[in-house]
Amino acid sequence: MAETLRYRDDEPVDHPAVTVDSFLDQSNASAVRIEPGDDARALLPHLERLALVEVNFPAFGDGRGYSSARILREAGYDGELRAVGDVLVDQLAYMRRCGFDAFEPDQQLDMDDVDAAFARWPEVYQTAADARTPIWAKRHA
Amino acid sequence: MYKYDSYDQAMVDARVEEFRDQARRRLEGKLTEDQFKPLRLMNGLYLQLHAYMLRVAIPYGTLDSRQMHALADIAEKYDRGYGHFTTRQNIQYNWIRLEEAADILADLAKVEMHAIQTSGNCIRNISSDHFAGAAADEVADPRPYAELLRQWSSFHPEFSYLPRKFKIAVIASDTDRAAMRLHDIGIQIVQNEAGELGAAFYVGGGMGRTPMIAPCINSFVPLDQLVTYSEACLRVYNRYGRRDNKYKARIKILVHELGAEEYTRQVEEEFAHLLDQGVEPPLAELERIKAYFEDPLFEAGTPETIDRSDPDFALWVDRNTVPHKEAGYVAAVISLKPVGGIPGDATAEQMRLMADLAKDYSFDELRVMHTQNVVLPHVRKADLHALWTALDEAGLGSPNLDTIEDIIACPGLDYCSLANARSIPIAQKISERFAETGKTATLGQLKLKISGCINACGHHHAGHIGILGVDRKGVENYQLLLGGSEAEDVSLAKITGPGFDENGIVDAVETVTSVYERERQDGERFLDTYRRIGMNPFKEALYG
Ligand code: SF4
Repeated sequence: MAETLRYRDDEPVDHPAVTVDSFLDQSNASAVRIEPGDDARALLPHLERLALVEVNFPAFGDGRGYSSARILREAGYDGELRAVGDVLVDQLAYMRRCGFDAFEPDQQLDMDDVDAAFARWPEVYQTAADARTPIWAKRHA
Repeated sequence: MYKYDSYDQAMVDARVEEFRDQARRRLEGKLTEDQFKPLRLMNGLYLQLHAYMLRVAIPYGTLDSRQMHALADIAEKYDRGYGHFTTRQNIQYNWIRLEEAADILADLAKVEMHAIQTSGNCIRNISSDHFAGAAADEVADPRPYAELLRQWSSFHPEFSYLPRKFKIAVIASDTDRAAMRLHDIGIQIVQNEAGELGAAFYVGGGMGRTPMIAPCINSFVPLDQLVTYSEACLRVYNRYGRRDNKYKARIKILVHELGAEEYTRQVEEEFAHLLDQGVEPPLAELERIKAYFEDPLFEAGTPETIDRSDPDFALWVDRNTVPHKEAGYVAAVISLKPVGGIPGDATAEQMRLMADLAKDYSFDELRVMHTQNVVLPHVRKADLHALWTALDEAGLGSPNLDTIEDIIACPGLDYCSLANARSIPIAQKISERFAETGKTATLGQLKLKISGCINACGHHHAGHIGILGVDRKGVENYQLLLGGSEAEDVSLAKITGPGFDENGIVDAVETVTSVYERERQDGERFLDTYRRIGMNPFKEALYG
């Protein structure tokens, strides 16, 4: 099992994430796992009891999880947002921009490559779910 | 034209280093080919039949002489001395080594060019009207909008792993010179009754195995919501586009399966939500970009008359120059379709000559057309003879714009690993046949387009005459289609019937043009006659 990378200061949630269906059925669960076909907006009425959302990437080429992440952050979710599954070093920077702050890859990542990936982009062209200021805002500051 | 500031340059430079690092990790075995493939594709690197191909972006088809010289240098330094201009206003090099790809990207970055997102399941290079800034009929120059969207779509964190590739075209006139409605998103900049500019969005067009014409989903998006609306269109697609079947993954299938109305409803809902998310650059950013596309300093009072005493020159003027918004000027088309040649290919020397001529005669600007020719957009009529003389000496003076010799052809089985049949030799044979018989001249405007397989890179669905290569029990076979158009009178071509072999298809093209000659009424193009008389007379002549 590969190590989980976490970019948060709080304590990790210590109970397993449940499926979206069971989460909606149980009133006490605080960790949920979203599959690519799940509608992240189904969670929006329950954000206050959520501390961990795992977004599963069964295959790295399926990009639905990027939208799920942004939708949750746009709705104000500020708990842990963890990308799990086929999470590879070359997707990390975009995932971070979409609001992920934890990564649980199937395969162990090389930490030098991870650091290089997060340091890669000197600027960004768009607003996303992170705090970075887009180039257009800097041009007209 | 647009110039990078330090931000744009920093982004392109970072991309070169990212790719260099990815290629290194691939060569060290840290990345599998499956993991590396989408990364190299997003940098324009394809694996073809014989070697890697690199596709370089020419955003909205506009480049200057310095950039064209750089493209020529790359052709010589890393390839076999030529390049191939494509139907999406890009250029491809066919004989590239993986080990050198990052160096090519670095060379490109020095002249404000790149290969970013020219392939892969992401938002591709944004195409536009090749006569932008020169055409008399545009309400605005469409290129600033394309540049705004280029920046928005570059390295987009949410939309880099879409269900499938995503192509956007932007035009700003009722005449469509960019096949706008055959794109995933086609945008037409329009003026409303109050005189304000806005954007009409057409979503879900495309060619490929299921060709579709994009419906209009919003006829006026205000300019200060352009990025937000695009983001909404893409988010609905990213979430709900099909991922179970690669052949059903384009947005046209989603729009078709949901229905345009339901897709539009979902986009509008997402749009209403995104309006509060601060994704839209201020209008000042659009104004900043627009300043780069100001008109050049046209000369007032430059002569309107052209000395037509040389008949070869006069023919070229008639065929290959297009009226300009400015008196005394034309846009001049350099045909990359010499009779018997490979459509869209240019040698390094030809690229350098085109670059130098652009500098001398066209305010240092060139355009690549989706029909695989090159435009000098702003030429004084007084300079045309000198320009033509130089082009003609270099084999670039073919007077055949929009004729049956001006064929669009995809690379086909000569290069492409997906091909069923060769496209290039068919194009060569057809142009030779019609040049020999002299019929090119009498047929007038006739758009012929050839694809080597059902993926339709050669736009055969949109040809007045289309040819599709198929595989019939291991033998190359060619289907004939009639009646397509990519212009404002957009339509999809229909198959005539059973296919033909390599020589048979050339004869078949000749047969259908004879039907047209027999049936045409005053001023009708081939397409008009076909639309009036229908398929049957052509079928009878072909299959008897
Ligand atoms: S149409 Fe087919 S053969 Fe031609 S370039 Fe596209 S994929 Fe290759």
